[in-house]
Amino acid sequence: MSTLMEKPAAARSAWPAWFQAEQRAALAEYEALPAPARKDESWRFANIKALDLSAFAEATPVASETRLIQASAGLAETSAKLVLGNNALLLREAPALPKGVIFETLEAAASNHADLFKKYFMAQPVELGSRKFAALHKARTSGGAFLYIPANTSVTLPIEIFQWVEGANASVFPHTLIICGENSSATVVDYFKSADRLPALACGVNDLHLARGARLTYIAVQDWSHETTAFHLNSTIVERDATCTALIANFGGGFVRGENLSRLVGEGARSEMFSINPVEGTREIDQRTLQDHVAPHATSDLLYLNALDGKSRTIFAGLIKVEPGAKGTDAYQKVKNLILSDDADPNSMPGLEILNDEVRCSHGATNGPVSAEELFYMAARGIPKDKARRLVVNGFFNSLLARLENAPLRTHLESLVAARLSIA
Amino acid sequence: METKPDINIDRSIGDFHYDVDYEFDAGTGLTEKTIDYICDVKKDPDWIREFRKDALRKFNSMPMPTHWASPDLENIVFDNIRYYLSQGTQPKRSWDDVPEDVKRTFERLGIPEQERKFLAGVEAQFDSEAAYSNIKAAVGEQGVIFVGSTEGLQKHPEIFKKWFGKVIPTGDNKFSALNSAVFSGGSFIYIPPGVKVKHPLQAYFRINAENFGQFERTLIIADEGSEVMYMEGCTAPKFETSTLHSAVVELVALKGAKIQYITVQNWSSNVFNLVTKRGLAHEEAEIKWIDCNIGSRLTMKYPGVVMKGRKARGEVISIALAGDGQHQDTGAKMIHAADETTSNIVSKSISIGNGRATYRGLVQVGRHLKGCKNNTECDALLINTDSRTDTYPAITVRGKENACQHEASVSKISAEQIFYMQQRGIPEGAAMSLAVNGFVNDLVQQFPMEYSVELKRLIDLEMEGSVG
Repeated sequence: MSTLMEKPAAARSAWPAWFQAEQRAALAEYEALPAPARKDESWRFANIKALDLSAFAEATPVASETRLIQASAGLAETSAKLVLGNNALLLREAPALPKGVIFETLEAAASNHADLFKKYFMAQPVELGSRKFAALHKARTSGGAFLYIPANTSVTLPIEIFQWVEGANASVFPHTLIICGENSSATVVDYFKSADRLPALACGVNDLHLARGARLTYIAVQDWSHETTAFHLNSTIVERDATCTALIANFGGGFVRGENLSRLVGEGARSEMFSINPVEGTREIDQRTLQDHVAPHATSDLLYLNALDGKSRTIFAGLIKVEPGAKGTDAYQKVKNLILSDDADPNSMPGLEILNDEVRCSHGATNGPVSAEELFYMAARGIPKDKARRLVVNGFFNSLLARLENAPLRTHLESLVAARLSIA
Repeated sequence: METKPDINIDRSIGDFHYDVDYEFDAGTGLTEKTIDYICDVKKDPDWIREFRKDALRKFNSMPMPTHWASPDLENIVFDNIRYYLSQGTQPKRSWDDVPEDVKRTFERLGIPEQERKFLAGVEAQFDSEAAYSNIKAAVGEQGVIFVGSTEGLQKHPEIFKKWFGKVIPTGDNKFSALNSAVFSGGSFIYIPPGVKVKHPLQAYFRINAENFGQFERTLIIADEGSEVMYMEGCTAPKFETSTLHSAVVELVALKGAKIQYITVQNWSSNVFNLVTKRGLAHEEAEIKWIDCNIGSRLTMKYPGVVMKGRKARGEVISIALAGDGQHQDTGAKMIHAADETTSNIVSKSISIGNGRATYRGLVQVGRHLKGCKNNTECDALLINTDSRTDTYPAITVRGKENACQHEASVSKISAEQIFYMQQRGIPEGAAMSLAVNGFVNDLVQQFPMEYSVELKRLIDLEMEGSVG
């Protein structure tokens, strides 16, 4: 078994030579950068001990390819599907993609569409604390998903991506790069799944780029095994009059560090950042967000919902930053923690940095239990307490899903949430 | 469209300075020798000398908290600061003994001589030692101790030693360590059980020496069922070089006691004001900080309440006004450590010109507690285009029978409000001033009458020239 530090066998890499050189530089950067320390403000409240990655090794090709392809089922109707297992392509289907849309592995795109790749791949600096892990991702990523939608093109049916990990202590480096041309539109559902209930490392990066007037709905269904250590570093660039709706559902993962940056660089840009997080046991979901208003008259709206049971932990550290020139900004940020047990540990740090006076800006953080009245109402109708609690959590998450416009997508996600909460 | 010019606040107000002959002066810089000098002059007992030296070691070993705080802290040159300066070691007995030139400073700052009657049990601090001390007979008769911190530790060691440094340990932060090393001045107050002090106890603090840091240390103990209100106000003359002010205030409210601590500060814009304030509330006790910060170059102050007894209550009401070149980094800390404890934080800030107002908060509810509640509201008002505001709360509320909510909003004065007033003949500047006063009005009303009047005057002063 090879460790993460060793060079991958050169023959296996399908990356072009120039990118392999960048990967070697990234590995050196990973080794040189210091590990996060307790005193780092961007790791405040985090369980630094979970960052020891020495147990993880490079993944070997998946053994249960057929089973994983069969299990890669999501929405009833899609326009394309990509299935990756342990960093390698297992399946690509594109029955209903409009002309000009490029949907292939990132590795293929690096050779076939090097200009696009070079312009958008990890183009944003990692600002929320995980530079070291971003370097590791770059050094080790392979496979990956690449989606390019040309200007004035609508992909009406959703596109689905499945990224699997299989094997004990396997490490995967999923990457999704989405480039939406001017006035294009698309819906993408990105599933992160484990083939087994074994410890694994997932260190993923997403780059979403929306050109002028584009519309993108991006859903990440993170369903790693509860033994998985995961990093998900997302950055979104929204240009003029474009609208991005991103929802991250953290159903799995034992230790999950999510960093979500949305930068509004054009007037009239709009970014919605949503997250639903059912956590229990000793799981820890650590999410850091940045709503960076560079351009005037842009809107960002963040809503994160956490339901905590057992000895679980959540950390939400959000920042709305309104740059000096960003007049007429509308920015909202809200985190709600639903507390289901005495041992749960929710930490909220909703922050604002406003450098401009013409803004409408608010943030909020609430912590509260399931209301006794709701439980009583259901008890009076013969619903056992445990189920009643799960129903309340279900309703809590559904209140957010209701904000998605696409009805089949919403129904699909509602059924995933219900399944996750074991509601028949 | 944009017609608002840059504002120029007239900081020369409060810009008064009279030469004072300092009898005792420890020179600049801070070493063990400085500590020995202070101890010798103040005739400190040995345990205080040890306490100070231990604090100095901690101060020297602790890094600047710039991993989260303003990098402006690096501009403090500790070697250029005078750590001890006294006009005389004995507090003055009566108003008549107060030197004329000192009285004149008071008067220029708008404190009429008649206000003496308000100075019930006064500790008017002039530089680091009490220049004037007149404990009102009535308060003394109730058994209330209201003295300077030096007198407190010398004459009432049994109470002083029990609580001193217990609410805020020396190593709490770099500046509490600094204060513990070189403290002088400040008040020591003890309220016996059941005594409700009718008059607010007041202390006026003044800084009046170039490069002179003021490190007062206040300890207030309210015994079971007692009540007290303490007020401090600060105005500082303006100087060329930076001045450091780093106080430590510890409050102890025993069972059922109530303490209100009111601060109105108007520092000159070259002062670093780095203050640690914390209260310990026992069962059913209540501690309320009412805090108004105006002026200074950088203020860092987060009054806190540790609620360690059942049904204890903590409250912070805070107004911050950051003018040009100023950074108000203020907030609150609420530590819930017992069942059914409740806390409330209301913070309002106003940023003028390129001023920056920051709210930094901490709310913690420990596990296995029941019925704890916190409510936090932060509102920020931005006056000019390059005004800045930040909010950095940290909330950890454990336990399924506790609740907390935090809300913050940022806004500017609505053009409609200003238009409405202008239409009725109120000039734009006055209208802005009225709008700002309206923004903070519900909080200002919580201040004692004379303070709320002073506060409104200060806001008008700060708003002068912010438009038109």
